[in-house]
Amino acid sequence: MSGQSPQDAWPLWEVFVRGRRGLSHTHAGSLHAPDAQMALRNARDLYTRRAEGVSIWVVPSTAITASSPDEKDPFFEPAADKPYRHPTFYEIPEGVKHL
Amino acid sequence: MTTTAEHTAPGRAASAPPPDQGELQAAFDDAVAADTRIEPRDWMPDAYRATLVRQMAQHAHSEIIGMQPEANWITRAPSLRRKAILMAKVQDEAGHGLYLYSATETLGVSRDDLLDKLHAGRQRYSSIFNYPTLTWADVGAIGWLVDGAAITNQVPLCRCSYGPYARAMVRICKEESFHQRQGYELLLALSRGTPEQHAMAQDAVNRWWWPSLMMFGPADGESAHSAQSMAWKIKRHSNDELRQRFVDICVPQAEVLGLTLPDPDLRWNESRGSYDHGAIDWSEFQEVLRGNGPCNEQRLDRRRTAHENGTWVREAAAAYAAKHAADQDNAHEEARA
Repeated sequence: MSGQSPQDAWPLWEVFVRGRRGLSHTHAGSLHAPDAQMALRNARDLYTRRAEGVSIWVVPSTAITASSPDEKDPFFEPAADKPYRHPTFYEIPEGVKHL
Repeated sequence: MTTTAEHTAPGRAASAPPPDQGELQAAFDDAVAADTRIEPRDWMPDAYRATLVRQMAQHAHSEIIGMQPEANWITRAPSLRRKAILMAKVQDEAGHGLYLYSATETLGVSRDDLLDKLHAGRQRYSSIFNYPTLTWADVGAIGWLVDGAAITNQVPLCRCSYGPYARAMVRICKEESFHQRQGYELLLALSRGTPEQHAMAQDAVNRWWWPSLMMFGPADGESAHSAQSMAWKIKRHSNDELRQRFVDICVPQAEVLGLTLPDPDLRWNESRGSYDHGAIDWSEFQEVLRGNGPCNEQRLDRRRTAHENGTWVREAAAAYAAKHAADQDNAHEEARA
């Protein structure tokens, strides 16, 4: 968070919302709050004003480790040349059922 | 190597060798051309970043300043139903501002800095909010026309090339639809009410129509940023195109309301399949932009005062957080001892 003066900058939190039971939490957005409890309350007011969620996680943005976009290709490359991991790779005679 | 998430932009892996500028530009151009989104930690041209900061900050500021003209009527709403609706709407505007501030922060600026610039008059907000809300009917006219114009502008922004902006707009557009409908319903109730109520609704539409058309910005030939923004796919349609779309939508809606639009030159053009409208008074637009609208000073003063009045709350919350963090540290240490 470059450029923020330390005395008034509240930390940034990433907000994850579970839309309904049975679904996983997904990233909804972010917000500033002084602590985790306030982050939760603010997240409720900001991201679930229309009953969009039944559960919220807040995570300090600084706690997230992300892969770098600069090495996008090499990082994900191992998955690119293995089409045999997909069911469509295989040829099955016409008429075979339940496969 | 790894780096932390979205908001630690502007992103270039610190340890990687400095990549070739032309290569980066080509990768960016390809992504824009292919209609994939640019994300915060991707390389982007400085001018693209600066344009987004300017536009997104102005958009965020507009949401926050836009709370004022409508909040003006919360205490005087004519029924509990209307009051609850208006409070929900004004709260939404605050929410929209916050979505947009955090989307802007992904470009490497801080919200505090953006607010400072707003308060200092160094970043703009939409000049529509420099007009006063004189009667209750203005709440309806704002919902129908101002939010209607905003939606017309914003729907294409859901496909904007910058990912965080596009995502914020998806959420905002969903919520704006209620804003427009409540305004339309409010005006309809007035229009079908007593002759005085009907006249009040007509007066509000008369005052808000032209400023709403100006919300689309200068005519295509005069618009300073349009061509570049279209090339970057930040903007998808020209100002005049969106303005025309809005006019064509509004005319039949006004008929159902039983209200007229204050433009003697407004008529159906068979050959274009659109409504022609009269000339817009751009000198008024320029005057309001220059700070000489009816409420420019009042809006900024109110915003600064609200920010100053909130200082103790921010300080108290920070002090509380610091105290509890310290208490927890002590508890951990005692547990270890």
